[in-house]
Amino acid sequence: MQPLLYDNTLDTLFMVWWSTFYAVLIGIPVGVLLHLTDRGAMLQNVVVNKVLGAIVNIGRSFPFLILIVVLIPFTRLVVGVSIGPTGAVVPLAIAAIPFFARLVEAALREVDHGLVEAAQAMGGGTWTIVFKVLLPQALPALIAAVTTTVITLIGYSAIAGAVGGGGLGNLAYTYGYQQYETSLMITTVVELIVLVTLVQLLGDLIVRRLARRGGRTSAARVGLRRVRTEEPAAATEAA
Amino acid sequence: MTEFPVITTTGLTKVYRSGDREVTALDGVDLHVREGEVYGVIGQSGAGKSTLIRCLNLLERPTSGTVTVAGQDLTALAGNQKRANAALRAARSHIGMVFQHFNLLSSRTVQDNVELPLEILKVDRRERSRKALELLDLVGLADKAAAYPAQLSGGQKQRVGIARALAGDPKVLLSDEATSALDPETTRSILQLLRDLNRQLGLTIVLITHEMDVVKTICDSAALMKNGRVVEQGTVAELLATPGSELARELFPVGGEPSAEDRTVVDITFHGEAATRPVVSELARTYNVDISILGAAMDTVGGKQIGRMRIELPGRFEDNVVPIGFLREQGLQVDVAGDAETDAAGTTAAPLHKEGAK
Repeated sequence: MQPLLYDNTLDTLFMVWWSTFYAVLIGIPVGVLLHLTDRGAMLQNVVVNKVLGAIVNIGRSFPFLILIVVLIPFTRLVVGVSIGPTGAVVPLAIAAIPFFARLVEAALREVDHGLVEAAQAMGGGTWTIVFKVLLPQALPALIAAVTTTVITLIGYSAIAGAVGGGGLGNLAYTYGYQQYETSLMITTVVELIVLVTLVQLLGDLIVRRLARRGGRTSAARVGLRRVRTEEPAAATEAA
Repeated sequence: MTEFPVITTTGLTKVYRSGDREVTALDGVDLHVREGEVYGVIGQSGAGKSTLIRCLNLLERPTSGTVTVAGQDLTALAGNQKRANAALRAARSHIGMVFQHFNLLSSRTVQDNVELPLEILKVDRRERSRKALELLDLVGLADKAAAYPAQLSGGQKQRVGIARALAGDPKVLLSDEATSALDPETTRSILQLLRDLNRQLGLTIVLITHEMDVVKTICDSAALMKNGRVVEQGTVAELLATPGSELARELFPVGGEPSAEDRTVVDITFHGEAATRPVVSELARTYNVDISILGAAMDTVGGKQIGRMRIELPGRFEDNVVPIGFLREQGLQVDVAGDAETDAAGTTAAPLHKEGAK
């Protein structure tokens, strides 16, 4: 039982790590593009914004289980297999990209427009504004968004596990549920709870560090309740 | 100060469209700002002054009209593109701007905030750091280089904003209500800093404000905006010399009601050479009249006294034609306020009449 738990934990971490990696890698540019092409924004472009928005919405509305099945041919094409942890990374990343992109868009929207204007008044172009103003100012909110995404992916990976993706979800389902090993099922669930809690704590810690530096930051206004409650504490420490 | 115009706008118009409604924020504004002066644009909120200053570096694109800054026609540079092209961005990097809410990046230290415009200008790291520290020293914040904006007071934040605005060695500094979020004490110190920079660096400053005190404290010239139009503009002395100027009245307010029915109230405006002579006592001695001073607002600009004074002479207007004539002979601008006879005194008194009617 011990090596079984150990191997499956590694599988889960593998799936979550790589799918988060791709979600961030692709989600940030998509989120930035959504923000920049929005109405009244710097690169206002209704067509690009609407098409991109529609793709993101479609990606987000698929039930994850269905997404895995639909993506089987694509997954096989990309990584050569459609099962196991490697095969699960593809649908997990595909599900996480639009989710994370929307969080990025929301984080950027919270950046005070006055800062963008100040940079424009200095002669800054679009890329200067994205890399020197928008992303650095939104950093606490982006970290909070990554935290949320990682936790969501831990949940999704358990679903992927149940349909052959390996990992803790698979363990809980095949051994715990189907073979009536209740103690193993409970152990797995507890481990997932611990994992989620640790990720959230780590994310909060980083956000608080950044928030303390910047005083009132955009992170405080992003829709993550935990972050919001931390703000007054951070503000008093800064003062 | 020279006569060379460093900022000129001609027929500047801005119309906002939302749906089928149109709002005219600027309505044919012709502005002339001379090199090295502090130029104040004053008006109530909604008068269009904020739109005006944002049009000066084309943060806001005018619907029509031209903007010329330091000999460059910005409206021609920008063309019809909505996005700022390289030429416009280069021009902007030499126009400093400070904001009401400072607009500092909370993610950067004070020094890194000042370095941002230099990064945009692709100045190398060592030179950036040298220049930023020099500018922070200039605004009196050399010891705060490593602090974050959140650790500074409002006045200190605005000093950082000013240091940042100066990083591109601008000829022109635009100040968008820079002191409106500050308390009176801090406002004074920031205005003093702007005045010093104006004198030391020969920096031309255009500031917009809704506070007459700001204009009074540091402006060489002023413009009054109402409903998207500039209704008065000129140097403080020119405005004073303009009969019925609303700005002059606001800048040099004189109050006081006549103490009895049969008195003549006269507003005297001092500017130019006449202001240096003791005309009031001369008047009293020459005509042996008792003069009461009802109110006065005087200021010394460039070593000369300028301002307005409201005095009261005994008797009706008819009794005082000669003394008033004397004052006019001295080269003073004299407006007779109050009763109906002033209509006969000429058109100059008419605007004061209106004031009395309000």
